[in-house]
Amino acid sequence: MSVHGFKRTLTGRIVLRVDVVEKGLLTTLLEQLVEFVTPEGSGVEDPLVQLVGIDPEAELSDDPAMARLFPDAYHDDPEGAAQFRRFTERSLRDTKLAHAATALDSLRRSGEKVTLSEAEAGAWLGALNDLRLALGTRIGITEQSMAELADLPEEDPRSATFHVYDWLTFLQESLVRALMV
Amino acid sequence: MTTAPTELERPEVDEDVATDVPWITIVWNDPVNLMSYVTYVFMTYFHYSKEKAELLMWQVHNDGRAVVSAGSRDAMERDVAGMHSFGLWATLAKDDH
Repeated sequence: MSVHGFKRTLTGRIVLRVDVVEKGLLTTLLEQLVEFVTPEGSGVEDPLVQLVGIDPEAELSDDPAMARLFPDAYHDDPEGAAQFRRFTERSLRDTKLAHAATALDSLRRSGEKVTLSEAEAGAWLGALNDLRLALGTRIGITEQSMAELADLPEEDPRSATFHVYDWLTFLQESLVRALMV
Repeated sequence: MTTAPTELERPEVDEDVATDVPWITIVWNDPVNLMSYVTYVFMTYFHYSKEKAELLMWQVHNDGRAVVSAGSRDAMERDVAGMHSFGLWATLAKDDH
């Protein structure tokens, strides 16, 4: 994978350099993220949900990756956590969707050099973080398991995911650095 | 036949009315979020200085958690929602100390 990542140019723009393979991979990952965070049954949406952004059906997911993207806001207060979720989960999903959509748009309009506005860079940062949270949870990333995952044999299905995760980590780190300049 | 639970006799005291009890936002350590990113989020969302943001980031990393803001319950719910929008693992609680 490339060693370019995100950089801030001398004129202050943030630029991502990707080759064809990386661009294809990022597009696929971001499309999967869109699918992942799109609310279930959003085709037949309750107009009230749409209007005020309150989702009476929202609850903590059994899927650890989903639960990590949409966590409880209270530790020892299930009722408070449920109430908070009904009022906020919909807008959190919309934010994540918007981030992924913005990142996808910037890839689609660009070649191997993706020039971003500050707002687009912020959207990329969110989307990369969501991807890493989802993938990291899936393969069971912990501070202890990092080395073990890096040494997995290629046949292990977690190996490919770990290498993608590792590359996304590099990309996100380069973007944070570019934004902090 | 059933007996009324004795709790019903308890006078209703809305705990939230006690405005002298502030609420806090806690950010928890997790193995995915980057140290640089967590620092960036504290600077961007709370407008903390780089020094303060880094101090809180290290606290999260070393102690497993850090109190990143304090105030009314409403304000802390906003901060927790803000942290969740950045993908940080945050909860709010009543400050018992």
